[in-house]
Amino acid sequence: MTDNNTSTSREYLKPPVTEVGVLGWLRENLFNNWFNSLLTILTIYSLYLVVPPLIKWAFVDSLWLSDAAACRDIDGACWSIIPANARFIFFGFFPEDQQWRPLTAMILLLALVLYSQNRRSWNRLLFPIWTAGLFVMGWLMHGGLGLPVVETAKWSGLPLTLMLSLFGMVGAYPLGVLLALGRQSRLPAIKSLCVVYIELIRGVPLISMLFMSSIMFPLFLPEGISIDKVLRAQVAIIIFTAAYIAEVVRGGLQAITKGQYEAADSLGLNYSQAMRLIILPQALKIVIPPSVGILISAFKDTSLVVIIALYDVLKTTKVTLSNPKWMGFSSEAYLFLAVLYFIFCYAMSSYSRKLEKALHTGR
Amino acid sequence: MSNEPKATPDITSSTVPFWRNPEKRGVIFQIAVLLLVLGIGYVLFSNTQANLKRQSIATGFSFLHNEAGFEIGESVIDYSAADTYARALLAGALNTLKVSFIGIILTTLLGVVVGIARLSHNWIVSRLAGGFIEVMQNIPVLLQLFFWYSIFYEAFPAPRQALNPLPGVFLCNRGLIFAVPEAHPAHTPMLWALVAAVILWWLLARWARKRQDLTGQIFPVVRSGLGLCLLLPALVWLAYGAPTAMDIPVLRGFNFRGGMAVTPEFSALLIGLVLYTSAFVAEIVRAGIQSVSRGQIEAAMSIGLRPGQVLHLVVLPQALRVIIPPLTSQMLNLTKNSSLAIAIGFADFVSVANTTINQTGQAIEGVALIMAVYLFFSLSTSFFMNWYNKKMAIVER
Repeated sequence: MTDNNTSTSREYLKPPVTEVGVLGWLRENLFNNWFNSLLTILTIYSLYLVVPPLIKWAFVDSLWLSDAAACRDIDGACWSIIPANARFIFFGFFPEDQQWRPLTAMILLLALVLYSQNRRSWNRLLFPIWTAGLFVMGWLMHGGLGLPVVETAKWSGLPLTLMLSLFGMVGAYPLGVLLALGRQSRLPAIKSLCVVYIELIRGVPLISMLFMSSIMFPLFLPEGISIDKVLRAQVAIIIFTAAYIAEVVRGGLQAITKGQYEAADSLGLNYSQAMRLIILPQALKIVIPPSVGILISAFKDTSLVVIIALYDVLKTTKVTLSNPKWMGFSSEAYLFLAVLYFIFCYAMSSYSRKLEKALHTGR
Repeated sequence: MSNEPKATPDITSSTVPFWRNPEKRGVIFQIAVLLLVLGIGYVLFSNTQANLKRQSIATGFSFLHNEAGFEIGESVIDYSAADTYARALLAGALNTLKVSFIGIILTTLLGVVVGIARLSHNWIVSRLAGGFIEVMQNIPVLLQLFFWYSIFYEAFPAPRQALNPLPGVFLCNRGLIFAVPEAHPAHTPMLWALVAAVILWWLLARWARKRQDLTGQIFPVVRSGLGLCLLLPALVWLAYGAPTAMDIPVLRGFNFRGGMAVTPEFSALLIGLVLYTSAFVAEIVRAGIQSVSRGQIEAAMSIGLRPGQVLHLVVLPQALRVIIPPLTSQMLNLTKNSSLAIAIGFADFVSVANTTINQTGQAIEGVALIMAVYLFFSLSTSFFMNWYNKKMAIVER
C-alpha cells in the first residue's frame, strides 16, 4: 500500500510456474513431500481399483425398470426392485385404494417443514399452522369424517418412520428441557429424581426400552385397557430421547455465567420468568449443534422399531426382500434406503449449521 | 445457579405468607412431586400384580435354574440346550462382552486413523476421510448391519466354492474359516510367558521413568516392551521343540470342520458397529487435535523436538484431555448398539434374554436383567474412563 510509487519502477518477477495454477495446487495439496506423494499415489491407485467396477455395477450394467426375471441375467445392479415395489416400501399395508392419503399427508408435512425452515415465518402464526397441519395429517391417516377408517396397525412405511421421528422430537424436547432444569435445581428431591431418570435411561440400550413398551407396558395397565402398539413405541422413543436432550441442555445451562442468573434475580423475576426470558434462550442457542446431533440420532434410531415388529420403511423393505421373486437384491434395496436416510440426516445437519451461523450473536 | 432469591433476614416468615416464601414453597412442591411419583408407582405396581395373577405368571428369578432348551449359535463358554437359563444368559453376556471389547479396540484404531486423515494436508485423503465420516454418520446403524449381513449371505459363495485367498483361509457364506495351531502343551506356558512379559514391561516403565527423572536419560520403553512380549513366548515355544502342527479346516459335506470360524453374524455386527462408531470417534479425534493451539506445536518444534516427539509429548497429552470424555460415551454407545445383534441373529445378551422372555413369559424379570446388565457395563466403563481421564487431565494450579 505504501510503495505505490516505487512499485511501478520495480521489475516484477513472476512466481515460478510450479507455484501457481493447477500445477501449484497439485504440488501444494498432493505432492508437497515424499510421504504425501506416496499417500496420493496409493490412494489414487486404490480408488482406481474400486471406483470403475462400482460404476460399472451401479450404472453401466444395471437395470432400472425391468421385472425380476430380467435381473437374474445381468451382472450389474438391479435397481428395478425399487420402482417395482415402491408402493409397498413407502406405504406398507395402507389400503391400496387409499394410498393418496398418506401421500398427501407426507407432502403436507414436507410443506410445513419447508415453510418453517425459513426464519421469517417464525412468528405467532407458526404454532396454529402446525396444529392445523398435524390435525389434517392425523385425519388423513386415520380417517373418519367421511373417509374410511384405517387402524394404526396398518400405518407403515415412510409415514410411520416420519411420524415416529417427528413426534419423538417434538415430545422429547420439552421433556428434556424440564429434566435438565430439574437436574440443575436446588431442590434435592427434584434433582435426585431427574438424575436417576437421566442416568437410568442413558445407561440402557433403546431396544430395551422398546421391549419394555411392547412386553412390559401392557402389564402396567388395568384390566381391559390397552394402548395402541405404535403409541407405546412412540412413548418409549420420547422417554429415551428426552434423557439425551436433557444432558445436552444441561451443558448449555452450565455455560451461562452466574451473572446472568443474578441479573435475573436482581430484576425481581421469578423462577419461571428468569428461565423463560433470560436463561433458556441463551442456553438453547448454545446447544443447537449437539441438539441437532441428538435429533438426527433419534431419526435414525426410529429404525429400531423393526425389532418390535412395527413396519417402518426399513421393515417394509425387508418384507419386499423376503418375496422369492426379489430375493438376492438386498444390496440395491439397502443402498436405496441408505441414500434416503442420508438425504434426511444431511439436510438436518446442514440446516443446523446454517441456523447456528445465523443466530451467532458473538460473545 | 441460584434460581430463587434467598429470603433476606429482615423479611421474616411471620411477615410473608408461606406461599410467597420460596424455601417453603420449594418444600411443598417437592412433597407434591414425590407423592405424585409414588402414587403413579403404586398404581402401576398394583395393576401389574393383578395382571400377573390373572395370567398366572410366576414372579421371581427361580426360572433361571430351569433347563433352557434352546441352542445358541456361538458361545465363548461351553453351552448346550440342556443347560440352565442362567448359563444361557451368561453365554449371551459373554458374547456381548466379546463383540464390544473387540469392537471398541478396532473402533478406536480406525477412528484415530480417519480423524488424523481428515486433518491431512493431502487433499484427496482429507476429502475421502470427510466423505467416510458424513456417510457413516448419516445412515442408521441397523441398516448398516442388515447391509453387511446381506453381503455375507449373497456375495460370498457356498462352502463348496469357498474363496481361498491364503492357504488355510476360507471365505464363504458360513463366515471366515482359518487354520489355527493344533492344541499343544506348550500353549499354556506361552500364555504365562506373555503375562510375565507384560509385568516386566510395567516394571521397566517404572524404572525408566525414575531414571529419566534422576538423570534425564530416555530409555526406549515401548520398543523393549514389545520385544519382551515377542521374545519370552518365542523362547518357551522353542524350549518345547517348536511345535508347528496346524489345525487346517477341511470341507466335510456342506460345511468346514476344524480350524476356527468367525460367523457371518459376528462379522456383520462387528463391521457395522466399527464403521458406524469410528466415524463419530474420528470427529472427536479431529476436534481434540484441533483444540491444541498452533503456538504449542511451534514452541515444541522450536526447542528441537522431532515430529514424532511433538505429537507424543506435546499434542496428544493436551488433545487427550478433550478427547477422552466424548470417546467414553462413544464406547458406551457401541456397547449399547451391540444389542442390535438380535436383528441379525447373533446371540448376544438381549437376544438370549428375549428368547428367555418368550419361553417363560417372565417379561419383567427379563427386561430388568437386560437393564441391569447394560447399566453394569455402562457404569464400569465410565468408572474406568473417569479414572483414566483423571490420570490424564492436566493438573492446574
